[in-house]
Order: sequence, then C-alpha cells, then structure tokens
Amino acid sequence: MVDPHLLFEQLFNGIQYGILLFLLAAGLTLVFGIMDLMNLAHGSLYMLGAYIAATVTLAADSFLLGIAVALPATLFVGILLEVIVLRKLYDRGHLDQVLATFGMILFFNELVRLIWGPAGIEVPLPVVLNASLTLFDIPLPVYRILVIGVGLAVAAFLYVLVVKTKVGMLIRAGASNREMVGALGIDIKKVFTLVFGLGAALAALAGVMAGPIFAATIGMGENILIQVLVVIVIGGIGSIRGAFVGALLIGVIEILGRSFLDDLFKLFLPVNAAETAAPAAASMLIYILMAGVLFFRPQGLFPARSG
Amino acid sequence: MKKTFILGASALALTLAAPQAIAQKAKEIKIGFVTTLSGGAGVIGKDMRNSVQIALDHLGNKMGGVPVKVLFEDDHFKPEVGKQKTEKLLHKDKVDIMSGFIWSHVVLASRNSVVKAGRFLIISNAGTSKIAGRLCHKNIFSTSWQNDQVPMAMGEVLNKRGVKSLYIVAPNYAAGRDMVAGVERTFKGKILGKDLTKWPTQLDFSAELAKARASKADGVFIFYPGRATNAFMRQYAQAGLTKTPLYSVFSVDSLSLPKLQQAKLTNVLGTFSTQFWAPDLDTPVNKKFVADYRKKFGSYPSHYGAQSYDSIMLIDSAVRAAGGDLKKMDTMRAAFRKADYGSVRGKYVYGNNHFPTQDFYLRKVVADADGKWTTKIEQKVYSNHQDVYASKCKMKKTW
Repeated sequence: MVDPHLLFEQLFNGIQYGILLFLLAAGLTLVFGIMDLMNLAHGSLYMLGAYIAATVTLAADSFLLGIAVALPATLFVGILLEVIVLRKLYDRGHLDQVLATFGMILFFNELVRLIWGPAGIEVPLPVVLNASLTLFDIPLPVYRILVIGVGLAVAAFLYVLVVKTKVGMLIRAGASNREMVGALGIDIKKVFTLVFGLGAALAALAGVMAGPIFAATIGMGENILIQVLVVIVIGGIGSIRGAFVGALLIGVIEILGRSFLDDLFKLFLPVNAAETAAPAAASMLIYILMAGVLFFRPQGLFPARSG
Repeated sequence: MKKTFILGASALALTLAAPQAIAQKAKEIKIGFVTTLSGGAGVIGKDMRNSVQIALDHLGNKMGGVPVKVLFEDDHFKPEVGKQKTEKLLHKDKVDIMSGFIWSHVVLASRNSVVKAGRFLIISNAGTSKIAGRLCHKNIFSTSWQNDQVPMAMGEVLNKRGVKSLYIVAPNYAAGRDMVAGVERTFKGKILGKDLTKWPTQLDFSAELAKARASKADGVFIFYPGRATNAFMRQYAQAGLTKTPLYSVFSVDSLSLPKLQQAKLTNVLGTFSTQFWAPDLDTPVNKKFVADYRKKFGSYPSHYGAQSYDSIMLIDSAVRAAGGDLKKMDTMRAAFRKADYGSVRGKYVYGNNHFPTQDFYLRKVVADADGKWTTKIEQKVYSNHQDVYASKCKMKKTW
C-alpha cells in the first residue's frame, strides 16, 4: 500500500529534520538543565549564526569560511549576552527570565532588520552540495546528507565532552548540585559562561546548517523554537541523550505525519475533509506525543538529574 | 436705507448658503495604509510603500488640489494586529480612506471596522473569495484580483501546454485554499496529489517534495508567497525535481527573483506563472511607473507595488470627481465604479462586486538586458475575466 521507496525517503527526511532540531535542542537543554535558565533568545542566536554565515559566504564565496566565522562570532555574542544580561537573571524566577529573553528576541529581530534589512539572505551552496545523490533509486539531497553527518559528529563530540572530560564532569556536577560544586572551590560562574557560549555556538551551527535550506530570515528562530522546546521536554531537560532521541522522534513523527496522514484519513473520511483535516492533525501529533510523555514520565524520557 | 438692508441681508444669506452650494474642499486628505513592514514579509510592505511614494510623486502629493498624506501601519502579518491598526487609523488618526492589505485573513478581520466607520476601503492586494462574494460592500473596492482568477488562468495554461497530471502544494490558509480551488476549477488533467502545509511556520518541504516526486506528475503547481518562495525553490532544486516543470502563482515575482538569483537557483529561469501584470506590460502608465520605480529604488517593482500604485491613482480619480469634498461619498463611489484613471494594466471595468474584470497573462522568468532576473509576458490567457464569486455578491451593476 505504502511505497517502500517513499517510506524510506520520508524516514530519511524525518531523521534529517530531527538532526537539525537536535543541534538547536542540545544547546538549549544544556543551558536550561545546567544553568536553570530559560533562554527564549536561543532562537535569536540561531538566526544570528545563519545571517553571519550567509554574509561571509556571499562575500568570500566560500561556505566553509562562512561556518568558520559564524561559529566563533556567535559564541562571542553569546558570552557577551551572558555576561551583560543573563547573569543578573540567575537568581530570578523562570517567569522573569522568559520575559527578559523574550525582550532579547525583539531586540535581535530589530537589530538584524537594521543591519541586513527585512528581506532575508539566500545562501548559495557549492554546486556539489546543491544536487541530489541517487541511492537504491531514491534521490537524496546531498546537502541533507551533510546535515545528518554534522549532527552525528556533534552528538559524538558532546557525548565525549560530557562523559569523558573534566569539563563534562563539572557540567554534570553543576546540573546535579550547583551549590556543592561551588563549595568545592569551582568557579561555577565560569562554567556557566562556558556552557552558555557552547550553547550559543551550537545554535549558530544549527543556523548555519539551516541557512541553505530555509534561507536566513528574521524570526526564523521563533518558528522552530517551539518544536525544540517540545524536544527537550520529551527528552528530559538537561539531557543531551534525551535531546538526541527526542529530536529524532519529533523529526520522524512530524515528517511521517505530513506524508501519510492524509492517505490514512482518506480511508475513512471524504477526500475533501481528509485533505483539510490531515495537515491540522499532523501538526498536532508532536504535542500529543509530548502530552503522553508528560503523563507517563513527567521527567522526560532521559531525566538528567537522576543520572 | 431699506435697499442697504436688503443688500446686506441677501449678502448674509449668500454666505450662509455658500457651504451647501460650493464644494467643501478638505484641507488635507489622510489615507490609512495597512501592510506588513516587519519580519520576513516586510519586503512586500516595503515594495508597496515605495510604489505609493511613486504615485504620490506623480501626483505632486496632491489630489484635486488638496494635499494628501498616507499613514502606514504594520499589521505584523497577524489578523488581530491588522484590525487593531485599522481601528487606530480610523478613530485616532481619523483617516478619510483606508487602503493596503496584503493578506486575506488580515483584511477579513479588519473589514467590519472600516464598514462600521463608514469609510471607503480600497484593497491593494488581498483577493479573498468572501469579500468578492457574500461580504462585498458598496464602500469596498479592489485594485488587484480575486485570488482564484490567477490560478484559474494557470489551469488554462496547463491544459494548453498538454500537462496531463499535476501535483499541488500550497499553504493551509484562506488564500492557499482559494488558489488550489482556482487551479482545480479549470485544470482538465488528473490531480495526483495535494498537500496543504502549515502556514506560515512550515518552511521544510522535504516530505511534500518526496511525495510529489513519487507521484511522477507531469508538473508541480505551487503557491508560496513571501519568504516561503525561496525556501521552496531551493528545496525543489535539492530534491532532484529539476526535470519536473514548476508552475507557480504569486510566488516567483520581482521580490523573490533577486534573492533567487543571489542564491544562483538557475532552475527558476524559464518557469511559468500567471498574473494580471508584469514589469514589461506595454502601457504608457506602466512604462512610466516601472522606469521611475527602478530609477528611485534600483529594482523592479512587484505586482504588489503595481496594485498599490493603482490604489492611490484610483483614490485620486474619485477625489477629483468630488472636487476634493470627501463628504460626497456617492459622487466618489460613482467615480470609483467607473475606474476612469491611468491604471498600470490599462483600462479595466469593475464588476458588480467591485473587483476588476480584467486580462490575465502568462509570464516567464528571464534574464533582462543587464542580466537581472525578471518576469516577461509570454501571452494573454484571459481577456476581460470576471471572478466566479461575483454572482454571490448581492450588489447589482448599475454603472
């Protein structure tokens, strides 16, 4: 009934979309889980990364150089943001943090509009990346394969960083009990700045990777941030592993829902009703999943604090 | 003595009678213009504002001798904000006439505010089926089209080009559903599949493109206005669909083409779209409009701009007919209905629902003499075409 080629291709699309969500979710979950900071402006850093990369790519005609400039530049903006604004918010409640970082979203959107104008930037890709590769009769976009590769590399890097290194140990310790880490003579402030910078760089990487697919546009962060929040709630706040599994889950469900729900609905609904109901239902699927996870496992699939 | 009294009395009577006899020229004409100026869609609003500026330049900032001022408000692409801004323009700024409106859902939310305030509404873009039909009103006019007309023209083009099967992708909102209904009404081939995507947040089309390719349709029909155009065109190329011809409405235009060229998406060149207008449409007014626009802003205007230019010019024709007296609503309405002004599209007439009955063209994306990508008219598809919703409008054509 369902063409296996199409199913495979849609699975690939779902994984690719999930990986993109993961790049964003990883940074957000680190900041939220470890620093207990609700940072809505994460999407703004994603946008900034995309814009800087697009500008450099256009000016220097090199996508690689775009990545090489965008990551440290956004990391720097992130650290600046942490030191100037966010540090003052750690002792306040989540609501104050939401309000302040929501203000940052408006600030960054206007800033980008002032610098780059309202139109957004298209990022040209090298011809090799703009093509598609045929695998078992299925054409797969080369660029999307690259996105998956980058996402897996980041996942591996974060795993090694968090589990195998001393910095990772501090990060994990800070997530479990920050007062105790401070009492042991660790400068927790520095750890926080580092974590926030890392989160910003991850957001920028997501922005750089998203640029050539969606183009760099104002407000691109807010669109995707809601799904990213769903990812970290499902995965368990503060857990990289949770973010990875959650992101893939959301990506695959989102794409498969959009692909096959209308055919499914047509089995028992009139064609017209199915065609309008399916997109609405498809966009609800991930929230239904979230509600289910929250009901059975309120801590998320991989709660960070329990280990 | 008596004579002087009579003289004085009649002079007094004359001055008293004067206001009714002689047209009361307004001191200033204020036009409220709602459009989107922020966010990704802000580029459309900018083009409309630029074109209004060109119109005002051509008019010397005066209509019928009265200085005119256009007040722009940003609807943030949201119906509730659009309504709020409309109320603000009507009641706080006390504008005389409302115009603008890009989005069908925004104009639907704002319509009643204008109608209740008893002002004219000249819609510059949004062509929702509801206002063309059931919700038509004696004080509402459009200088664009009804949404369905443009995709209906495309359906005819597809029939003529021998396209046997089609895959449709469009966003799931008022205008998106109108576009799909439009092409389905005239296209005689088989529709192999149809996806309505979440609007305006969904910019990933991987799932829909994979389905379109798997359907092996002869062509793909899309409607993606604003920034979604570029995301779609990009992913279309990457998904290996370059051999399937793409037919679009309201997607590939003067706003998206510079960006698509910047991204070197050469698969856009040669694709077809339908519209009532193109930058190269051969009318004297259009030549002047496009030339002055290019001189001032350095790029081609879009159809959004052309329609906004027309909105201002249409208002000018009515203000002049009323001798600058904006209280003469009936005189102004009669003038609007005549559409006797220099439109960029040439002469057209208003149907009973106050939507233009006009020609539609097939446009092809080409590089101009300087290498800039633009749309060029290939052929006329419809002559004097009226939208199908006019019959649902209760107004009778008396002009």
